[in-house]
Amino acid sequence: MKLKQTALIGATIAGLLATGYASAQEQFIGLASYRVGPFGSNGASLYGGWIDYMAMVNARDGGVNGVKLTWEECETEYNNARGVECYERLKNKGPTGNSVFQPLSTGITYSVLDRVAQDKIPLVTIGYGRTDAADGSVFPWVFPMITTYWSQASAIVNYIGSKEGGMDKLKGKKIGLLFHDSAYGKESHAILDKLAEKHGFEVQKIAVANPGNEQQAQWLQIRQAKPDYVILWGWGVMNATALRTAARTGYSRDKIIGVWWSGSEEDTIPAGDAAKGYVAAGFNVAGANYPVIKDIQTNVYAKNAGNLEDKNRIGSVLYNRGVVHGIITVEAIRKAQEKYGKGKPMTGEQMRWGFENLDLDSKRLAALGATGFMPDLKISCADHEGGGKVKFQQWDGAQWKVVSDWVESDRPLVRGMIEESAAAYAKEKGITPRDCSKEM
Amino acid sequence: MLYREAGQFKASYEEDQQIFPIRQDRVGMAVLLAFFFLAVPMFASQYWLQAILIPVLIFSLAAIGLNILTGYAGQLSLGSAAFMAVGAFGAYNFMLRIDGMPFLLGIVLGGLSAALVGVAFGLPSLRIKGFYLAVATLAAQFFIVWALVKFPWFSNYSSSGVISAQEIQILGYAFTTPESKYLLTLAVVTVFALVAKNLVRSTTGRRWMAVRDMDVAAEVIGIRPMRAKLSAFAVSSFYCGVAGALYAYTYLGTVEPEGFNLDLSFKILFMIIIGGVGSILGSFLGAAFIVLLPILLNVVMHSTLGSAMPPGLGSNLELIIFGGLIIFFLIVEPHGLARLWQLGKDKLRLWPFPH
Repeated sequence: MKLKQTALIGATIAGLLATGYASAQEQFIGLASYRVGPFGSNGASLYGGWIDYMAMVNARDGGVNGVKLTWEECETEYNNARGVECYERLKNKGPTGNSVFQPLSTGITYSVLDRVAQDKIPLVTIGYGRTDAADGSVFPWVFPMITTYWSQASAIVNYIGSKEGGMDKLKGKKIGLLFHDSAYGKESHAILDKLAEKHGFEVQKIAVANPGNEQQAQWLQIRQAKPDYVILWGWGVMNATALRTAARTGYSRDKIIGVWWSGSEEDTIPAGDAAKGYVAAGFNVAGANYPVIKDIQTNVYAKNAGNLEDKNRIGSVLYNRGVVHGIITVEAIRKAQEKYGKGKPMTGEQMRWGFENLDLDSKRLAALGATGFMPDLKISCADHEGGGKVKFQQWDGAQWKVVSDWVESDRPLVRGMIEESAAAYAKEKGITPRDCSKEM
Repeated sequence: MLYREAGQFKASYEEDQQIFPIRQDRVGMAVLLAFFFLAVPMFASQYWLQAILIPVLIFSLAAIGLNILTGYAGQLSLGSAAFMAVGAFGAYNFMLRIDGMPFLLGIVLGGLSAALVGVAFGLPSLRIKGFYLAVATLAAQFFIVWALVKFPWFSNYSSSGVISAQEIQILGYAFTTPESKYLLTLAVVTVFALVAKNLVRSTTGRRWMAVRDMDVAAEVIGIRPMRAKLSAFAVSSFYCGVAGALYAYTYLGTVEPEGFNLDLSFKILFMIIIGGVGSILGSFLGAAFIVLLPILLNVVMHSTLGSAMPPGLGSNLELIIFGGLIIFFLIVEPHGLARLWQLGKDKLRLWPFPH
């Protein structure tokens, strides 16, 4: 007992000394968040998870090698012009400026795409944003990490294939695509057409106009066509409506497969019982039963320092996605420090190197307490996506249950399309792609 | 005392008809222009130029456009953002598809395409009025954004439907720095604001106002309502189109059709309501109010109460204060900020000896 106490006091003093010393060294992370507006509740969960993770790293480890993480939020309201203002406001804060910009909005991503290269700030878009930016030779400053929309579509088809008992079984099948009629929803078309051609299935595209709170006609169409599966490429209120209308028209929910922006508690709980059996993709899983979430609870919430007002949301899909954002940000800082000096704040350029050389293998994920929580991830100069793996979860009426292992996408096909699209962009803008074999 | 026009005689029609008949106004305007053209680019930080001044200028131009239609010609419109989108995508396609297209001609052509679309959607205004017309222009808002997403030709077959603006070059000089982009925007906005000011003082403008005040009476005295209304739609959409092109080229660089949504249209409408319906100055004041106030609130909130309360509450509080201030201003001065300025000027004329 005594020994334990002494050790504890010693650790506290050491910790105090370390923080006292480290307070001079700070790494600033600008958070262009949204807590009001159409997606305010999504933003609150996600940024809550991200901030909690950083607070946990500060509380548990005293920052990254002694460098404290500091952050400031800036409200974007999911509005492009406000997002640009936030970007400009945050970019020069902290000792080394903003380390990374992650706006969580495809619109804002496009709005700052040209600026980040000029200001030398990495733009990390996890699971959204510009798909062809995964080609790092054309977009050195943009990182659409873990998986892009195209990889996701391909992974969903692979998942359907595995459920049917092999990709060759897809021949002659009919897959419905219920998509949000916007640029976001249309991202799915080109890739699904290619996959349909390759595997011999038929895609039936059905558009839902924004916001999508009336889908009687669309589901009638689905009932007539009787597709074997329906991919739900939805957004906001459209998802819950789709599930409710599917229940009313008698379409089996376990044949509906949602994308990750359709697969959170915010989508299923409003649908009530109609959501039971619904499957959705995700690059992170739900649940608080992971060491990393436990660490947040003991180091942050136990001290009443958590960011969430509603603690029940800890472990929700979006909260956990925020934790993934936090892990990637912190690990990039760690990686950059390995090259440019431990215990120093990193500049945007150094952070870019950190992101580009990020390697979260299973060993590292285990050390972070995130095994099974997120896929392993390896970024390189050419490949700014790194992985493209998703897991599928099924809603059992009360919570998400993981029903698959990490499902890979059809990498060669997706990569080919990304390179083709990036090359077209490079040609239009007159960019000479950098030679990745010469990059360190 | 300072603002007295005693002794300033107008000896010719030209002097009587100039925009600023009072010498103090002319001097004030010259000082203001010199400040924005010379001092601001020299001393303002990148943040101010790129995140504050350029958008305010661009939205001022869009607000002038809507003010011509709503404030001067009396036709309510909810499609301003869509006309901005036409201008942006029009300018992009002209510059993409025609080699060596000069930038300024490109944005003017973008504006002209918006004018054409505006006239088409203005046709219902010949039969319907007021709120019903607003609903008809709402159709323009949804149709245009839908069409830009639906037909990939507009975005040059980009998989996500966005366009990235080409580099701006005028006579071989590339506008890449924030200062140069700001000056370019300011120059375009100044020229078009001047044109608008003169337009509304001309025969055309008087026709618009006659139609606004009573279209039957206007018709009786020989004004053709069709021509007046459609010309207002054309000029208004042209201004919105140019603003949209600037929005894409000097402000964001990459734009998506969904960025020009109904929200933005409402915002432009609020700008002219707050700034002053039927006033060019009001367009500038309204744009500044609507763009700057939320940012100011956010900054103030972060530096004072930011850490003391839950972040979600802070963001909601900002919206509440913003809404409250709009209501306050509308109660205090229903004719907008421009009217406040007018009242201030009248008081200033007598100051310091009001009799």
